[in-house]
Amino acid sequence: MYSFNHQLPNSVAAASSALGSADDGKFLAGGMTLLPTMKQRLASPSDLIDLAGIGDLVGISDSGDGVVIKAMTTHAAVAGSSVVQAKIPALAALAGGIGDPAVRNRGTIGGSVANNDPAADYPAACLGLGATIVTNKREIGADDFFTGLFETALEEDEVITEVRFPAAQKAAYQKFENPASRYAIVGVFVAQTAGGARVAVTGASQDGVGRISEMEQALGGNWSADAVANIDVPADGLNTDIHASAAYRAHLVTTMAKRAIAAAG
Amino acid sequence: MSETGIGARVKRVEDQRFLTGKGNYTDDINRPNQTYAFILRSPHAHARITSLDASAAQASEGVVAVFTGKDIAAAEVGGLPCGWQIHNKDGSPMAEPPHPMLVADKVRHVGDQVAMVIAETRDQARDAAEKIVVEYETLAAVTATDAAIKDGAPQVHDEAALNTCYDWELGDKAATEEGFAKAAHVVKIDVVNNRIIPNAMEPRVALGDYDRSTGDYTLFTTSQNPHVIRLLMGAFVLQLPEHKLRVVAPDVGGGFGSKIFHYAEEALVTWAAGKLGRPIKWVSDRSEAFVTDAHGRDHRTHAELAIDGDGKFLALRVSTLANMGAYLSTFAPAIPTYLSATLLAGVYTTPAIYSEVRAVFTNTVPVDAVRGAGRPETSYLLERLVDRAAKQTGIDKTELRKRNFIQPEQMPYQTPVALQYDVGDYPAVFEAGLAAADYSGFEGRKAETESRGKLRGVGISTYIEACGIAPSAVAGALGARAGLYESAQVRVHPTGSVTLFTGSHSHGQGHETTFAQVVSDLLGVPFEAVVVSHGDTAKVQFGMGTYGSRSLAVGGAAIYKACEKIIDKATKIAAHILEAAEADIEFKDGNFTVAGTDKSMAFGEVALAAYVPHNFPHETLEPGLDENAFYDPLNFSYPSGCHICEVEVDPDTGVVEVAKFTAVDDIGRVVNPMIVEGQVHGGVVQGIGQALLEGCVYDDEGQLLTGSFMDYAMPRADNVPFFTVAQKSVMGASNPLEVKGVGEVGAIGSPPAIINAVVNALEPLGVEDVTMPATPMTVWQAIQDAQAR
Amino acid sequence: MPTVSMTVNGKSVSADVEPRTLLVQYLREHLSLTGTHVGCDTSQCGACVVHVDGVSVKSCTMLAAQADGAEVVTIEGLDDNGTLHPMQEAFRDNHGLQCGFCTPGMVMSALDLVKNNPSPSEQDVRDWLEGNICRCTGYHNIVKSIQAGAAAMRG
Repeated sequence: MYSFNHQLPNSVAAASSALGSADDGKFLAGGMTLLPTMKQRLASPSDLIDLAGIGDLVGISDSGDGVVIKAMTTHAAVAGSSVVQAKIPALAALAGGIGDPAVRNRGTIGGSVANNDPAADYPAACLGLGATIVTNKREIGADDFFTGLFETALEEDEVITEVRFPAAQKAAYQKFENPASRYAIVGVFVAQTAGGARVAVTGASQDGVGRISEMEQALGGNWSADAVANIDVPADGLNTDIHASAAYRAHLVTTMAKRAIAAAG
Repeated sequence: MSETGIGARVKRVEDQRFLTGKGNYTDDINRPNQTYAFILRSPHAHARITSLDASAAQASEGVVAVFTGKDIAAAEVGGLPCGWQIHNKDGSPMAEPPHPMLVADKVRHVGDQVAMVIAETRDQARDAAEKIVVEYETLAAVTATDAAIKDGAPQVHDEAALNTCYDWELGDKAATEEGFAKAAHVVKIDVVNNRIIPNAMEPRVALGDYDRSTGDYTLFTTSQNPHVIRLLMGAFVLQLPEHKLRVVAPDVGGGFGSKIFHYAEEALVTWAAGKLGRPIKWVSDRSEAFVTDAHGRDHRTHAELAIDGDGKFLALRVSTLANMGAYLSTFAPAIPTYLSATLLAGVYTTPAIYSEVRAVFTNTVPVDAVRGAGRPETSYLLERLVDRAAKQTGIDKTELRKRNFIQPEQMPYQTPVALQYDVGDYPAVFEAGLAAADYSGFEGRKAETESRGKLRGVGISTYIEACGIAPSAVAGALGARAGLYESAQVRVHPTGSVTLFTGSHSHGQGHETTFAQVVSDLLGVPFEAVVVSHGDTAKVQFGMGTYGSRSLAVGGAAIYKACEKIIDKATKIAAHILEAAEADIEFKDGNFTVAGTDKSMAFGEVALAAYVPHNFPHETLEPGLDENAFYDPLNFSYPSGCHICEVEVDPDTGVVEVAKFTAVDDIGRVVNPMIVEGQVHGGVVQGIGQALLEGCVYDDEGQLLTGSFMDYAMPRADNVPFFTVAQKSVMGASNPLEVKGVGEVGAIGSPPAIINAVVNALEPLGVEDVTMPATPMTVWQAIQDAQAR
Repeated sequence: MPTVSMTVNGKSVSADVEPRTLLVQYLREHLSLTGTHVGCDTSQCGACVVHVDGVSVKSCTMLAAQADGAEVVTIEGLDDNGTLHPMQEAFRDNHGLQCGFCTPGMVMSALDLVKNNPSPSEQDVRDWLEGNICRCTGYHNIVKSIQAGAAAMRG
């Protein structure tokens, strides 16, 4: 790592202002992506603004029609939360499948959502459930939040404080893992919500996480794996790498969507 | 059998320190006033260095020194030597281009070492290295094995025309052609044995130290063979005499071949420690390991098998292209030739075999021995070929194997490719394998799998390998520049406890336990009274180290010989004290007894007498009880086995799951069954890794795309099942312990069983071949291609 | 340089460290607790797993500063003057280690598993070990060890 200053503000406002005054500051949540990137010397922030000192950024609550997860809540806490398990079991299962146990003990929902890694799991859940990302400045719907690979609607000094997930009538997530990194080659989150069916895909597209409207429409009238079985996702615009060609990813999107729908019941 | 002797399941003495965090690995060692080295490496696969400016690095905070290729070129040091010389078909020697410690003119692979920065801390060294300004003129690179010999391919070395290191042959070409002329069937196959990256969990570390007051150098290093490193580095690179150079390989976190070789960093830190008079530590990080630890395999082979109307193999011809990487690593040239082509008979009576191997240089990391080294390539080729032959001839794959097995009564069996198998019973091992795997129950399991919408296949591999490397005379005749004996010293202390000094090196194999069992059993002393010392050239007599499943077959034999000498000497002492003739002394269960009497001395009493020789006739009986032995094997040892794999394939995704894996191996006498089973488990999983997961990929520019665990798929706990492992031991191996070696069998026997199973599962879909690693995409694509035909 | 203070294996420790100091560096280089190993640089291999405030973490992916005020337990903190913890004993009894390099991380991960799941199935163990790579054992005896260790801890 390159040298940096470590700051530990005790409020969101202080964190935001610390970032504003740093030369090239970065927020540090769980650090599960940022620290490895810095170890490889691929990032060289002047200051790490550590959000761990802010007491009121951890916790999970029942909002009646869903759950609210504060930004610094770990994946392990979400996976193990009886509230999440009861309200949105698919979300608890998704969190329990992120990385490995030690990563889940440090990694946070806010960090994952803010980072928007194109192969991360949480963005698919946010988009699939129609979550609302709450910051120190505003509330942003998931559909407007994820804007591209590692890109979000967040401003530089904007801090995610919580993510609000509405419960769905049915939901499930199916991930096809990269055999090496175990990140998603393709992950599909499906949900039957009050506003209709939602299908969100991570890992596949060159534009990052996104929805598949053709599948959502097909599921609107017929919530079954068969409804999407014949929908061929175009390979154009999908990622190609040594683990999966665009054509293979396209095939996996449909396959994982079918499996997710079946799993959702 | 005693509870701790040969054959006993003794818990390991090593484990206490490893389990409590008290292991002593190289990076755990620190010396007073220590500095840290960072190696600046080439980001290009092939480029000329047009300029290098280290002035900013020199001035950087904490920097002690910066050395570049020019400094090395100006110093009186050699390059990294190659330990094996192969000759071309025309008798001329292989091309052997220089391999400098730091490159001055042209870099030849990503990771090639360009400069070394030494600073007070690791971070300072790295910070400074980034300030070295190197200008490169990039050149076109060649990375693929088959691309290296194409017209117009970039030339890696001026000394190697057409990138060819050697073009070698073995076997009787004319007799082979005659066999093909008589054939009823000719079965052809092309196989790629994929390049793998060894990835021992402990990255390499080298710590060099120099004592100005004595002129003594010390190197602490992650090595499987510290004496070999001392010899290669001292004699060939740094010109340091052995008595002024100590090499210590303490606890080493796995090797799998990758820590056999002499690497530039070892010589660099030792050399620079002498220049600076301060200790220098270099620690590889994992990313660095990916582009500097020698890789393995990377063979492309075309083979043809001639078969008569009865299904008997008549002749085999094989042509292999082997990738050496950018430079010749220590044993690289021997892998595709004497460790691979010499096994082409397999367990079969094929009477005529002809093999040719062309080795090529490419702009990739050097390739050398990785667990199995040459033998996995041959077993994969043969066992894939036999399965294909079964399909083509319509003879069941078990029946075809049985028709062609060398029979036990044919032993010793001279193969047409130089080796003479000493003992083995391949039909019996095969039957034991089929039984252990419940082969006859496969169809029932297949039906169950199919009821869940998946495919199931079964694959067999009946392999043989040559290990216990190696008879020095044979190795020397074949181009080895070293002998391949092993040494042991048995030092009996005055109260009867024993220190064994072995030239072998343990880096996971459990020698401290197994070797103590052997000594305890042979000398009749308690297991707890034996301690094993290894890995330090200042303590241990010259030894050749651990690789090629040689530690027990060769090192154990040396222990046996040294123990024999101890018993001989102790018998003399006992005879003197008991006032009997030597011939009348019997040694049994740790007691020396005058035959037919109750006059007896315990081993410990004899030991004490040896060191308190108050009335010894000193002209004929020396005091002391301390003997050493060097053992040079009479032959290789020949483990064989039958591995049977069942896989389930998800046709929708291409995911292959190893559902059931059975390994029945003949490894001769078993000293510690617990350790033996562990060696097979580990070897099999490296085989599963090669077969299903571990693909090493370079792009056309020579960048390693699988340069971290994020892209290079290591087998993890959820990739593998529990295994059924058993031994079918055939005694009589050509060494005193009758052991054959177990370190590599798992990695040699398993890949063909796995791929044969995958192909078997996919047969209903029209798939005839699947390449390694059979990743989900590879399998899915194979299915798509077959369906499109 | 900022000061970090924490409790490691029951002892209070404090040191001035550069902010870029990783927890694993702090343990190995400042406290000479070299039982915790570094096997990769991408947070995948798990050789560096320790417990921080009762849960397993990868100490190569955590700053020492992030452990300020925390309760840290390393492999050196498990045995009782050389008497092995039941999980360590199970690894020895079942030959769950060969070269020993991944072992400290394996044992620390195993203990976190057993805390969450006192009676893990084979599949539970295999799934839990997703972040711990071993190159020697083929995992067979590690899985057996952890199941045996869990059984011993249940008493």
